[in-house]
Amino acid sequence: MATTSPSRRPAAELVKDAAYSALIALALAAPIIGLQTVTARGGLGLNARWDDVFLIVLAVFAGRLLLNFTIWRHQGARPIGQKWFQRAGGRPFARHGHTLSKIIGPLALAVALLLPALPFSDRYVMDLSIMVLTYIMLGWGLNIVVGLAGLLDLGYVAFYAIGAYSFALLATHFDLGFWICLPLAGILAAFWGVILGFPVLRLRGDYLAIVTLAFGEIIRVVLLNWYEFTGGPNGILGIPDPTLFGLEFARRGDNTFHEFFGLSYSSMHKIIFLYYIILCLALITNFVTLRLRRLPVGRAWEALREDEIACRSLGINTTNTKLTAFAIGAMFGGFAGSFFATRQGFISPESFTFIESALILAIVVLGGLGSQVGVVIAAIVMMGGFEYFREFEQYRMLIFGLAMVFIMVWRPRGLISTRSPSVILKERKAIGADLVGQGHG
Amino acid sequence: MEYFVQQLINGLTLGSIYGLIAIGYTMVYGIIGMINFAHGDIFMVGSFIALIAIIAFGLTAGSSLAVLILALILVLLIAMALTSVYGWTVERLAYRPLRGSFRLAPLITAIGMSIVLQNFVQIAQGARVKPLQPLFSGGFTLMELEGPTGAVFRVNLSFAQILIIVTTVVLMTVFTLIIAKTSLGRSQRACEQDRKMAALLGVNVDRTISLTFVMGAALAAVAGLMYLLYYGVIDFYIGFIAGVKAFTAAVLGGIGSLPGAMLGGLLIGLIETFWSAYFSIEYKDVAAFSILAIVLIFLPSGILGRPEVEKV
Repeated sequence: MATTSPSRRPAAELVKDAAYSALIALALAAPIIGLQTVTARGGLGLNARWDDVFLIVLAVFAGRLLLNFTIWRHQGARPIGQKWFQRAGGRPFARHGHTLSKIIGPLALAVALLLPALPFSDRYVMDLSIMVLTYIMLGWGLNIVVGLAGLLDLGYVAFYAIGAYSFALLATHFDLGFWICLPLAGILAAFWGVILGFPVLRLRGDYLAIVTLAFGEIIRVVLLNWYEFTGGPNGILGIPDPTLFGLEFARRGDNTFHEFFGLSYSSMHKIIFLYYIILCLALITNFVTLRLRRLPVGRAWEALREDEIACRSLGINTTNTKLTAFAIGAMFGGFAGSFFATRQGFISPESFTFIESALILAIVVLGGLGSQVGVVIAAIVMMGGFEYFREFEQYRMLIFGLAMVFIMVWRPRGLISTRSPSVILKERKAIGADLVGQGHG
Repeated sequence: MEYFVQQLINGLTLGSIYGLIAIGYTMVYGIIGMINFAHGDIFMVGSFIALIAIIAFGLTAGSSLAVLILALILVLLIAMALTSVYGWTVERLAYRPLRGSFRLAPLITAIGMSIVLQNFVQIAQGARVKPLQPLFSGGFTLMELEGPTGAVFRVNLSFAQILIIVTTVVLMTVFTLIIAKTSLGRSQRACEQDRKMAALLGVNVDRTISLTFVMGAALAAVAGLMYLLYYGVIDFYIGFIAGVKAFTAAVLGGIGSLPGAMLGGLLIGLIETFWSAYFSIEYKDVAAFSILAIVLIFLPSGILGRPEVEKV
């Protein structure tokens, strides 16, 4: 191939390229899509769907041809849109990253605080918002581990499960209320974080990822099989609702919210109350993270993320530093878990599968590692997308997976990929994320 | 004793399957230093392609042994070829654009690809488990013992188990020779040691990496066929657990080392089988995962791996 850079590729080559793509699409689609295994008499039979295969191959050929003759006409084809992001100093968020988050932050906070009072907020919107906020909180919690300390945790859902089961078991066995169990659940999750973290934190990045994944699976399998203690696959039923200073949100009772305030009973009261609880919890997570970043330990996390060897030579105790990040992240996971348990009223191991961990991680990474606003945007986009594709139930996860791949290829650093430095000399400058290495930890 | 021997045979069979998958992990990790998280699902796709080919050929236990073996070799080749295309495509779409990006990026796309493959197969082939009538019946009886109650306990080595172990040994030899003797193997080892330097010396790095993925996927397809023959039932979700266990095997044997992957696979297969036989079958996955954690903590470079030297 010629080396003179921006030269137009000959048309024949472009057609050939598209034909190759079509051939590969044929090989991919022919067995799995073309021949469907169906249950027939005496075993399995095949159901041929060659028309679907033909359509797919045709679509790939036409699509590739179209792209070849428009965007990839010149030598050195690049993914769509990359040029736009690679303009010198022209990254849309890079230059205005700080000002943007200055505006978005308070605006989002105001919307979040006023949301229950807004006219379109019916039960559906509130339920959805509670779910989004739960994921935002989990995202912020995981952000401490992955985004700040640079430790890849694929089993974060384990701490979520520990929080949820701690509260559920304490509440059903010892009749304890939500507000007592909430800190206990957090402490227990943090404790497990330390127990897991202590031996494994010496491991390199991706080994750590697999061990945490294994840990998540172990917790799930134990919850599933320890029948006497956790109820196995049936889960735990009848987890109590939270109370407001002893006031219950039930229709009848000694001390109900609506009677105390002289209101007529509405099931929305409880939903709104739950909404404010999770909003508070999420904001606490955010606040703690932002403050911790300014403390020595937070600085140590970020230093560790950038270069572990340098940290060690400067006398930072890497094990302790990693352990605090792991434990604090786990603690917030535990808080979120016990909130989840009280909101659902029922938990089972099915809610704590690996997919859940992947989803939280995707929110953190797609949002831009270490960016608090990014997590919010990614959680809203992802949960909104999930809701939007609810009708296409079976295609939902497929689209989710594809989105994960394409967003990552398109913007490897996530949607908000700037970093504001924690230590400032005179004026605050945003650092382009491509200047910072990451994940050697 | 008989029970022990029977479990030993079962464990070795299962271990061969894990070993074949583990090679895919270990080769990819050796060459680009990433965990190909989607590899377990490539194995699942390979298993499905093999199932479809077997049904398409109309193979049943009634066919004569010679026909059956010839047809199975054909099925194997088809599954290997088509699964390789999957492996190649995953690398091309999800990993190559991110080469030189930061470490977490390809791992995230790998998780994404794993989700895509699982759901793709689920949508295209249905979520139900797919049963296959056993193609081989019978085998050899190695030992026979009459118990105190008069019940006879036999130690069986079935034809399917022989087939699995023999195929694994043959393929292992072939692939070890490819790595050791051919120019492709040489470029692979060169890329493993120093990718930049290999590129400077005229090794086509992208092509070598692609071929590594192709080889890994082909072996995963073999494992898929073996799994199908051995268990007789597959679904779209088998890749996840099998993948994690095979990765455990690769780590246990020393990641980056081919014989290590095989050894690790056999060990994991044996441990899992004995655990299920003597302790509890519910917690067999916990056993495998705990071993992963323990090995990584006490023996991070595995049994046959070289200790990693961190350079500044």
